[in-house]
Amino acid sequence: MGVLGPIWAIARKDLLLEFRNRDIVVSLLVFSLLVLVIFNFAVELTPVNRFVVGPGILWVAVAFAGVIGMNRAFIIEKDRDALDGLMLAPVSRDTLFFGKALGSLVFMLIAEAVLFPVFTVLFDVDILRVETAVIAAMATFGFSAAGTAFAAMAVNTRSREIMLPVLFLPVISPLLIAAVEATARVAEGGSWSDAAQWIQLTAVFDIVFFVAAAVLFHFVLED
Amino acid sequence: MRGTVPGRSIWLAANAALMAITLWMIFIWVPTEANLGVIQRALYFHVPIAIISLVAVVLVAIGSVTYLVTNRARWDWFAHASAETGVLVGALTLITGSIWARPIWNVWWTWDAKLTTTLILWFIFVGYLMLRAYAPAGGQGARLAAIVGIIGAIDAPIIYFAADLWRTAHPGRIAGPGAEGSMTSEMGWTLLVSMIAIVSAYSYMLVERYRVRRAEAAVEALSRDASLISARGASASRADVLAAGRV
Repeated sequence: MGVLGPIWAIARKDLLLEFRNRDIVVSLLVFSLLVLVIFNFAVELTPVNRFVVGPGILWVAVAFAGVIGMNRAFIIEKDRDALDGLMLAPVSRDTLFFGKALGSLVFMLIAEAVLFPVFTVLFDVDILRVETAVIAAMATFGFSAAGTAFAAMAVNTRSREIMLPVLFLPVISPLLIAAVEATARVAEGGSWSDAAQWIQLTAVFDIVFFVAAAVLFHFVLED
Repeated sequence: MRGTVPGRSIWLAANAALMAITLWMIFIWVPTEANLGVIQRALYFHVPIAIISLVAVVLVAIGSVTYLVTNRARWDWFAHASAETGVLVGALTLITGSIWARPIWNVWWTWDAKLTTTLILWFIFVGYLMLRAYAPAGGQGARLAAIVGIIGAIDAPIIYFAADLWRTAHPGRIAGPGAEGSMTSEMGWTLLVSMIAIVSAYSYMLVERYRVRRAEAAVEALSRDASLISARGASASRADVLAAGRV
């Protein structure tokens, strides 16, 4: 096993657990679909504004569902003190971080693979394109990197269910803005260049937060 | 006893006197700006407070980084004190900004990059204070808070950049900054004096909050030691407990 071996081992543990009980992906998916439906009632959609409003609703659904998924991913570690066992494993804290973040990334991508086609059908905004897939993958990468660090922190507090969204949502607001705008440009029929500056912003956020979260994760799990 | 109480009393009195002079300058001495009218006087409060709220973000980050590196509690107290006073001046920035915006831009709020960044940073530091309240006491809570403090500072330029880009993409949403006035020398002096008065008042609050935080830590240590002593069954005299609490 090289560097990637232990990371994959941790992610695989989460994926295997998930494959058996389907807790996280199902709750992510049902919740995000419900957000789409509720927003559909809250906002009057017209043929004109659906390209502007639609992507916003889509990413709000992803962000809210992401919060639930990240919380879940760490609560299962905290129950029965599985996290202590994980920390006793002879791997660095980086490996733990990368493994947990990879697991969350995969869960969110699976949920998005169902959510995006349903969104296209319900809102009549075609986002099933290569551009949107790249944007979604990049934004979800940043979500899971920042989210994993915050979820590991929130799980150590009282009222952890509220602590994660309160810390996480303001911090990821630039990423949310970038994802919404990039998706909207593409949904309107734009090309790569129309969304370029938003994709760049997503890339900056991803790099900065991947590094910062990995470095700061050491202090989260220090004992 | 740490005998600096007279020094701080003098500082407090000086703050009060300086603030009185500032109020006199702002409301009586300085002429009314020709284009913007009376409301322009809000600038003498708003600008210094807004600058301090930005400085507070940097202070929290410095305290947090130093705490994580050195593991000395005093840097955590400093970061905590800066965050708490920072949330206060941040709220005042948003409020005075709104008072200023209503007559000038004709709206209480606009999603301008500066306003958006201030608001989101304010939320991040409210989250910081909530985390401090909900996190376990001691080293772990301090470490978690330090991480939020650092992430807030890292995120600030990205938020500003994103909000700026977003505003350019939606130009129709803002009423637009109104007429820009020009400054006379009296206005410059008023702003300078106000800046000094507000920085001094803020520093006083920061120091005072830091001292309260330090006293809280001393009380925690004292009660910990006291319970240790009584657990051991020794007859703890008051002097012993006090000696144990002197950190």
